[in-house]
Amino acid sequence: MKKIKCAIIGPGNIGTDLIYKLKRSPVLEPVWMVGIDPTSEGLVRARDMGLKTTDKGVDGLLPHVLADEVQIAFDATSAYVHKSNSDKLNALGVLMVDLTPAAIGGLCVPPVNLETHAKAQAMNVNMISCAGQATIPMVNAVSRIQSVKYAEIIATVSSKSIGPGTRANLDEFTYTTSSAVCAVGGARTGKALVIINPADPPMIMRNTIYSLTDEAPDQDRIRESVLEMVKEVQKYVPGYRLVNGPVFDGNKVATFMEVAGLGDYLPTYAGNLDIMTAAAARTAEMFATEILAGRYQLKPVKEAA
Amino acid sequence: MSELKNLKGRKVLVHDMALRDGMHAKREQISTAQMIEVATKLDDAGVPLIQVSHGAGLGGNSLQHGFAMHSNEEYWDAVVPKMKQAKISCLLIPGLGTMKELQSAYDHGVRSVHVATHCTEADTSPQHIAYARKLGMDATGFLMMSHLNDPKGLATQGKLMESYGAQTIYITDSAGYMLPNDVIERVRALREVLNPETEIGFHGHHNLGMGIANSIAAIEEGASRIDASVGGLGAGAGNTPLEVFVAVCDRMGIETGCDLFKLMDLTQETIFPMMDHIVRVDRSSLTLGFAGVYSTFLLHADRAGKKYGLPSRDILVELGRKKMIGGQEDMIEDTALTMAKERGLLKA
Repeated sequence: MKKIKCAIIGPGNIGTDLIYKLKRSPVLEPVWMVGIDPTSEGLVRARDMGLKTTDKGVDGLLPHVLADEVQIAFDATSAYVHKSNSDKLNALGVLMVDLTPAAIGGLCVPPVNLETHAKAQAMNVNMISCAGQATIPMVNAVSRIQSVKYAEIIATVSSKSIGPGTRANLDEFTYTTSSAVCAVGGARTGKALVIINPADPPMIMRNTIYSLTDEAPDQDRIRESVLEMVKEVQKYVPGYRLVNGPVFDGNKVATFMEVAGLGDYLPTYAGNLDIMTAAAARTAEMFATEILAGRYQLKPVKEAA
Repeated sequence: MSELKNLKGRKVLVHDMALRDGMHAKREQISTAQMIEVATKLDDAGVPLIQVSHGAGLGGNSLQHGFAMHSNEEYWDAVVPKMKQAKISCLLIPGLGTMKELQSAYDHGVRSVHVATHCTEADTSPQHIAYARKLGMDATGFLMMSHLNDPKGLATQGKLMESYGAQTIYITDSAGYMLPNDVIERVRALREVLNPETEIGFHGHHNLGMGIANSIAAIEEGASRIDASVGGLGAGAGNTPLEVFVAVCDRMGIETGCDLFKLMDLTQETIFPMMDHIVRVDRSSLTLGFAGVYSTFLLHADRAGKKYGLPSRDILVELGRKKMIGGQEDMIEDTALTMAKERGLLKA
């Protein structure tokens, strides 16, 4: 079966883990890895895994896009350079899956709204953040039953799984995640907290999700909806697990989650890495299926002036 | 430990924590009237820096950390105009507070900030420290749970914060676990790597009764800023009690510029009557100090213990074993739920 060829920008933890995910995909094939540092270990790893590489940034990829039939690109760099990367590749008709907190495209959490983005034939979709991917399904599991006036998510990740880019720009991470708790999760107001824990051996990613409902929570229906949503996420992240809850305390609904990864690039504790790359891969697969079926024609996008 | 050095004439900048760390001990329920009363009396007693905010600092109002009676902005607006000499400060923990909130703090008259990270995660603070400096604020890098990093490692983290623009680096004994030698080794290691103009501070908790002794040990090794809390109002067994610290400094000839009797009166007449529980070393707070657990977990563990029928000491020890750090208050109920299931108190 024909596969859609992909480029990955950013050979760090996320970019490297993506190679593993894409290589397993029935419809995606990673062909290029883009970096900016010729001495980067990530580029060497990518070459060892059979990808073409450039250390000249996206500009080094552009001349090869058409010849190598690159149709989907994943950006795992930083919010600050994403817009420029996206404009250049969109102009050549390449669909952008954004793993930075730039959030210039639609915010996507696969079990909540992937189909909507695919139908809208978007050229840029944003994957929010690892915390967003891990928690927003649980906010939505409550808000699809009854209205949620406020949701708060607390993500705790192991120190070893958080790269220098995220660390240096932690506010972008919290802003983007908070806004997505509302926009995608369906809460009227929202807040995101992130904690980086250095315990050794590293702790598995933990997430707590609080939702405040307007009316007294319908406990049975919410419990059922939460369990259903856990199963949906498990389809692409098997280590997504409900540890405790839902616990009801007045109008507060609490769920306590754990996310174990597949252990592709980083060990299984780095569920935060997996849920991000797995969600991005699942998103790209949905688009790829549409493209292969001839339902979605990628078109070059003129750069906005 | 070496003989006490002669510290006569040494100047120390004291920073009161009662209206920030003390918010933890009051479940964030301090009124603006109480804030004004305490802050004006601290100001009158010559305390140069007073921290005022939610216990968890900027962005602290949350289900995770509790909702205070008022927003931080309301507290600052009440207190800042009343100050004759003291500067008001705040706390910012990256991942919870953001630069937007720091800007708001500045706009409401806050002029100093503790930018706090866990003692191994200093590189999550560059944006916030740089932003504080850009605003012209007095910027401190605040390394929480400092007992969990060795002296050399802590010095490396402090050096990072200095490189982002921090003018002072704090050793923060959030668990009240450290002994004077632990403090001495860490101040010494920091002093070795930091620029001479960068100050060193110490923030203690009194869970093992070592708040004063640790602060004096820090000063001996060159620390020039000390966090303390009038009446000891703070998380766990409280912070280093300010009035006791000032009394000891007076005896030793260390200059704080604070009026001891005014602080004693404030403690006795205002702070003690404000306390919902006696903030002191007791079974739970001693457990924090002994097991090295974040002091703020105390009241949360008491609540979870009552809810699920578990001794709060058992919960605190388990949190220590699982190496939970500041900010992970959600894991207290989670841990209690899991323990209750294991003990057959809840159905799995």
